[in-house]
Amino acid sequence: MRGWPARLSKMINPAASYPSVSIALAGSGGAGVMTAGNMLLEAAAHAGYYALMTRSSGPQIRGGEAAAMVRIACRPTECMEDTFHVLAAVDWENVQRFSAEIPLGPDSLLVGDPDQGAPHEIFTRSGATYAPLPLKKMAKGIVEGRANMLLLGLVAELVGLPDDAVVRAVEKTLGKRPAALAPSLAAVAAGRAAAAAIPTRFPLAPPPPCDAPRWLLTGNEAAGYGAIKGGVRFVAAYPITPATELLEWMAPALAEVGGTLVQAEDELASVNMAIGGSYGGVPALTATSGPGLSLMVESLGLAVAAEVPLVVVDVMRVGPSTGIPTKSEQSDLNIALYGLHGDAPHIVVAPNSVADCMRTTQWAVRLAETLQTPAIVLSDQFLGQTRAVIDRPADLADASGRVVAEAGAPGYQRYAITPSGISPMAIPGTSGVTYTADGLEHGERGTPSSQGTDHLAQLDKRQRKLELADYGSHWADVEGDGDVAVITFGSCTGVVREALAHARRRGFGARLVSMRLLSPAQPARLAAALAGVRKALVIEQNHSGQLYRYLRAEFDLPCPIESLRRPGALQFTPAEIRGHLAEWSRT
Amino acid sequence: MTEPLTHADFKSDIKPVWCPGCGDFGVVNAMTKALAKLALRPENVAVVSGIGCSSRIPAYTSCYGFHGVHGRALVAGAGLKLARPDLTVIVTGGDGDGYSIGGNHFLHACRRNVDMTYIVMDNRVYGMTKGQPSPTTEPDWDSKLSPDGTGLREFLPMVIALASGANFIARAFTGDPNGLADVIVQAVRHPGFSFVEVLSPCVTFRPEQREWKRMVRTDALEPTADIARATRRLMRDDGFDLGVLFAGGRPPFEPRGTRGTKPVDELEARFAV
Repeated sequence: MRGWPARLSKMINPAASYPSVSIALAGSGGAGVMTAGNMLLEAAAHAGYYALMTRSSGPQIRGGEAAAMVRIACRPTECMEDTFHVLAAVDWENVQRFSAEIPLGPDSLLVGDPDQGAPHEIFTRSGATYAPLPLKKMAKGIVEGRANMLLLGLVAELVGLPDDAVVRAVEKTLGKRPAALAPSLAAVAAGRAAAAAIPTRFPLAPPPPCDAPRWLLTGNEAAGYGAIKGGVRFVAAYPITPATELLEWMAPALAEVGGTLVQAEDELASVNMAIGGSYGGVPALTATSGPGLSLMVESLGLAVAAEVPLVVVDVMRVGPSTGIPTKSEQSDLNIALYGLHGDAPHIVVAPNSVADCMRTTQWAVRLAETLQTPAIVLSDQFLGQTRAVIDRPADLADASGRVVAEAGAPGYQRYAITPSGISPMAIPGTSGVTYTADGLEHGERGTPSSQGTDHLAQLDKRQRKLELADYGSHWADVEGDGDVAVITFGSCTGVVREALAHARRRGFGARLVSMRLLSPAQPARLAAALAGVRKALVIEQNHSGQLYRYLRAEFDLPCPIESLRRPGALQFTPAEIRGHLAEWSRT
Repeated sequence: MTEPLTHADFKSDIKPVWCPGCGDFGVVNAMTKALAKLALRPENVAVVSGIGCSSRIPAYTSCYGFHGVHGRALVAGAGLKLARPDLTVIVTGGDGDGYSIGGNHFLHACRRNVDMTYIVMDNRVYGMTKGQPSPTTEPDWDSKLSPDGTGLREFLPMVIALASGANFIARAFTGDPNGLADVIVQAVRHPGFSFVEVLSPCVTFRPEQREWKRMVRTDALEPTADIARATRRLMRDDGFDLGVLFAGGRPPFEPRGTRGTKPVDELEARFAV
């Protein structure tokens, strides 16, 4: 073995243990880094840790360079760390493209095969230590052995994941390919042995007690399950990155519970199919991303006017236009709030964690059904495609649903003006209460009307039902205390939470308001949540400050607000938020 | 509940917005007659439409109606039928709604072959917006929007329907209400996607279409299940042959696996660590 740099030995600190470690596995297409990353995540789950994994790949449809970024932690975790402890690469082919997503520091470790070249200068200039390992040669020494499995074993050893957890993860993934199992386990063992040559470790602190069931899933899967829990039994789908997996998860799941998913020819079709299904009495959903949502907005107006319940999950990506399909951004807030023509009150909600994708989507279904209006769920690529180990989310207590008309109800009028604004909806098949649902303005019976009085009465009705609805405590997560506050939504919440927790440990208090209900606006509730706060910072991931502007326009706030915003493609880091907060809170 | 209904039971009391002499009146009459003949009940029939003169038809029936956005009637209808297979779904509309803004859905509705009926009232003009050329308008028809004509060849609905996989294809004429009613009965009964192209004159913007009654040929088409034969028949079609062109045997689309009975909570097993 060649000699190690002198400073590497200084890193050895057997007493230290880490509450959180971050590992990136990278390599060119086909090297299997995603498989290894998924196994690492799964092994962390089996070992009792929380974890999350994001992934990145080159622009090629298949076979481009890829990186799996895994964070393993002793506490529930919702964002990536400021720096990675380990970047281990099967090869370095174009891996430098991920450098912005894999920040390294002087204490980081680079592992790579010297026969595949040296790590790019963009990585080594961080001061990270490079530990060369002849992965390919070592893999060749094992029949059917693969370098990605070597790295899995190596990394598991470096962070102290127990053998049984790793073996279980490998067995689960390769259960259907028994021929690949033995060589993979042999490579994992060889990887562990090879770690002996690396005199540094990032040992995880012992895992927390696991007294409740844990789940391993993506936000897209959580949203799909939440939709089904909310009662969705009809889905019309058109594929679009990064929403496709939500629909792909729902296809077999819906079939198992007696629902239907149909693939449509475009988003104009998928949204109108969903509206048709819902008009038929079956709670319905479609999922899409920005370009698809743009195509759907005309029909969302139809669902508002005709009062047809509908849920649209928008897994936001970088826009405008085709933008960056694989990267996250919170820039569809404006279209979700304002995209519909006319005065078209509707629901906009935003889940703020992978786990919350389940509850918020379920809630959106219940709101849409109860209020007979479309609900847009603003998820995003980070939440949707991050795979995470989480505590099983608590169930959402909800009882309400669609109010339907009874057969032969005397003098039935579909759009009757009621104090609540909600009028019973006749479901096709029910006799004596037939009506025509209409996107034309109409009177109470549904007959088209061009009278201003009817228009005003129906506008008031549709507005009233949203204003009078009981949104309970779900409208936002309000946490912590202090004389300043951070207001945010969606996937920014996790990183803000982590930054504030860090600051709190250093004696700095701030309140967090993560807004789940974005429309209808809840100015009184937000004002109450900000009581006693001298100023607030609005943090969001877009270029124009869409949430900030919305708050300035529609909310009467008890304190001045400022904006911290940045567009995609990179998520905020906790350090970035901490640094800004420290500066900002001084004045 | 059990006494037989007449066509009057399928009509609503809402007065149509159509011009006197509009062909679409004949479609309401024929459709309600057909529904009575099919011994259906209004609550079990849904009439779905998009935007345009003819798309006003749902409210003129006593059935469940859905008057949606322009061009999307076929997909709203397909969604309804797939979610509620027990209903009889009839999608209605005009040539602009169905062949222009909704053209893509027309192709895919034929392909998808959902068990429903599509009645297009073709008057070769946008009437509601007061006289612009539609995909079926003659290329030299002069209008304010396209002076001296569009110069575009006509869209051939039956050719497209046949090529795209519609399972039942017919042409009827509003001046022959009994023949139209009979075709609608056959279309609703035929499994899969049934397409009925109805020549429905616009006496306001296309008064020359009053001549259609002298041009149509009743029962000129003979039903066949042979696509090649139907295709050859269309080669010498001038647009005025009436009757059933094609009655195929393709089974209707059925979404996969809608009969699952697993309790929802059991889906959680796939997330468990």
